[in-house]
Amino acid sequence: MAKEVVVESLMKSGSFWFPEGANSITNSVDGLFYFILIGSIILFVGICSTMAYFLYKYRRTEANPVATSHITHSTTLELLWTIIPLILCVIIFWWGYKDFLSMGTPPGSALEIRVIGKKWLWQFEYPKEGVKTLGELVVPVNRPIRLVMGSEDVLHSFFLPNFRIKRDVLPNRYTRLWFQAERMGNFQIFCTEYCGDGHSAMLATLRVVSEAEYQEWLHGGSGDSDEPLPELGKKLYTKNACNTCHSIDGSPSVGPTWKGMYGHKVSLDGGASVDVDDAYIKESIENPKAKIVKGFQPVMPTYAGVLREREMLAIIEYMKSL
Amino acid sequence: MAHAVNEGSYLTNPKGWKSWLLTLDHKRIGIMYLLFIVISFALGGFFALALRLELLSPAKIIFTAKQYNQLFTLHGAIMVFLFIVPSIPASLGNFVMPLMLGAKDVAFPRLNLASFYIYVFGAIFCVYSMISGAADTGWTFYTPYSTTTNTSVISMTLGAFILGFSSILTGVNFIATIHKMRAKGMNWFRMPLFVWALYATAIIQVLATPVLAITLLLLILERTIGVGIFDPTIGGDPVLFQHFFWFYSHPAVYIMILPAMGIMSELVTTFCRKNIFGYKTIAYSSIAIAIISFLVWGHHLFVSGQSDNAATIFSILTFLVGIPSAIKVFNWLSTMYGGSINLKTPFLYFLSFMVLFCVGGFTGIMLGALSLDVYFHGTYFVVAHFHYVMMGGTVMAFIGGLHYWWPKMFGKMYSEFWGAVACFFIFVGFNMVFFTQFILGAKGMPRRYFNYLDQFQPLHAFSTMGTWVLGLGFLIMAFYLIDSLINGPPAPANPWGGMTLEWHTQSPPVTHNFDVAPVVDHDPYDYRRIDG
Repeated sequence: MAKEVVVESLMKSGSFWFPEGANSITNSVDGLFYFILIGSIILFVGICSTMAYFLYKYRRTEANPVATSHITHSTTLELLWTIIPLILCVIIFWWGYKDFLSMGTPPGSALEIRVIGKKWLWQFEYPKEGVKTLGELVVPVNRPIRLVMGSEDVLHSFFLPNFRIKRDVLPNRYTRLWFQAERMGNFQIFCTEYCGDGHSAMLATLRVVSEAEYQEWLHGGSGDSDEPLPELGKKLYTKNACNTCHSIDGSPSVGPTWKGMYGHKVSLDGGASVDVDDAYIKESIENPKAKIVKGFQPVMPTYAGVLREREMLAIIEYMKSL
Repeated sequence: MAHAVNEGSYLTNPKGWKSWLLTLDHKRIGIMYLLFIVISFALGGFFALALRLELLSPAKIIFTAKQYNQLFTLHGAIMVFLFIVPSIPASLGNFVMPLMLGAKDVAFPRLNLASFYIYVFGAIFCVYSMISGAADTGWTFYTPYSTTTNTSVISMTLGAFILGFSSILTGVNFIATIHKMRAKGMNWFRMPLFVWALYATAIIQVLATPVLAITLLLLILERTIGVGIFDPTIGGDPVLFQHFFWFYSHPAVYIMILPAMGIMSELVTTFCRKNIFGYKTIAYSSIAIAIISFLVWGHHLFVSGQSDNAATIFSILTFLVGIPSAIKVFNWLSTMYGGSINLKTPFLYFLSFMVLFCVGGFTGIMLGALSLDVYFHGTYFVVAHFHYVMMGGTVMAFIGGLHYWWPKMFGKMYSEFWGAVACFFIFVGFNMVFFTQFILGAKGMPRRYFNYLDQFQPLHAFSTMGTWVLGLGFLIMAFYLIDSLINGPPAPANPWGGMTLEWHTQSPPVTHNFDVAPVVDHDPYDYRRIDG
């Protein structure tokens, strides 16, 4: 836990078009793209060079004031350019359909993890072990993983670019997504269904680790590292998506800035005021709607049961340092 | 009255502002539409410049996240509802179509004026939404975000609701006009292909727009009195909204592109001085597109949680709707064969359309494939794709048509030199902006992101710089077109050597269109008849 998590760059890894794949299905999906791309380039170059040739050959000059051909149609040609694209489309459809089916069919042995999307963070829960995490999904390599996803508010969409998979996350039904990581590493997770002010900050990380490391992470207390509290707090600030709504430089955002907040009095919605001390911070994290700072909306989700006690202290210490 | 040259044109007869505001002349209504449509395009374009500016760097530059979200919503809503849906049919179509048919006016001139004022009325609501806490939902108004956000969603959707009626009335009017007002001797297969395209468009306008109206009304009811249709907290289903919305909005894509295809057929015949290759195929493929377009809406929902079986069927139908578009491209290309190609400004836009629409079409095939759509959905790849079709297709054809009929509409010629310069900047700028976005999307960059990962910055910055080149192109165009109105040399009746009937009357036309009612006894592009 103490070591820095560096997410693999999408731009720097992989080919010109795609980020480096990590899912069992990636090659086939990319293959279809290149199949269409090559076909398109052949057709595109064909159309453009024919057009350029015609433009030159049949340009209006004194010698060519009117059309020299009066051909009105050619059934053979027209059938040809109807049937050939049709055949190509059938192949493309079939290829896409085949992979779409495997994307929707997880093996029965898959490890199930629950995903909750809410404005504006991703929460993951391992039902058997009762482990909850925020902004970080940890899975073992080479094992099928099944995500069962739901939303607490509006629509979101769970997108893993390196795995070429995506599924909307809805408030009124469960959607599923599955993958099998073929290599270890840290990968980007995006929200790809517009969900409001914090949409572009609704990010998370997928950590693919070895089976042994996974077991250790699942059962070892990840929060109880030796890391000094303010430094741990700084990491939690981004990892738990506090940064989506709370700035640390004094600029206003969806929520109050943390800069200089600790130890000062703030006015609350409804006229009262409160000292920002350890107790108020803990209450606001676990029960955010209890005391709303004046001028802000009650939109923060609860973090109750997600933060360990040492993590709570770390955030408080971090706020003190700002 | 046989040679009433002194009578002047429709522009000056009758005189006075009142005669314009209360006019029943399809040409004047077309010009008034054109004015509003161009203003809307400028406004939508201004929002595009602003939001691209914000994306120059991953950190905040000018706008907050909320303002950015409002900007892309306004850009989308204005461009779709106020600009591109009415663009070609209501302005150029209104002006040219009755002339092409050899008619004096549309079938229902009063309805035509009414649809214009309904458009203005709807636009007022959209503008009101802009200044009263603009909607931040995206132009798609997806629930439950749109039913819970505190921005002015209602006035924007009410605006779109009202604009829909304007669209329906124009459609009804055009269908009646095309059925009943054709000149003597003009049977269906002697109609210009632009008229065929408008006919196919009108069918979609009449049949699909009511669904949008109902959907937006339900959304308003849910927001105001809490009827639970789409919001799950009161018993609704958000995916239902997506089905309703795209049941209109996918056919609407063809409301946008079909008239553009019609203009392409006019441009290629006139500037190649040659009969169109495969008249009937092009005409029938317009109708085929109109019909199949109703059955593909579900390809917007491949990752939404709709059933996999439904997704499969929608994918097959999506490929089917691509075929008629491909056929048209091949037909236009073949028309150039053996022609006498006159490389004037409108034809430059014909060529731009051919190149850009092909890119839009090929990437559409990629998005139609189920597995690839799962990856590309919600990324910049989709943004780039639909801009290649909508802007690279429809807007290029709209500008091409505007330059083609400009001498007819205003009786003035513009500068060919500056026309070519503007086209060059627009073509280069457009590709800078949007080809870059294909790469961004393929690399995983999601759309509608106020902030983005630092690694995406070089491509985002390049895309933003492209908008300045593009903007410069449009600025040049605005200058030389306005200049042509004031200083342009007078246009002859038929500056390009066109065959269709609108070129057989003076430029600009007389108020009643033709001094002698035309009689048609040949195909619309039968150049062999005059050229031997």
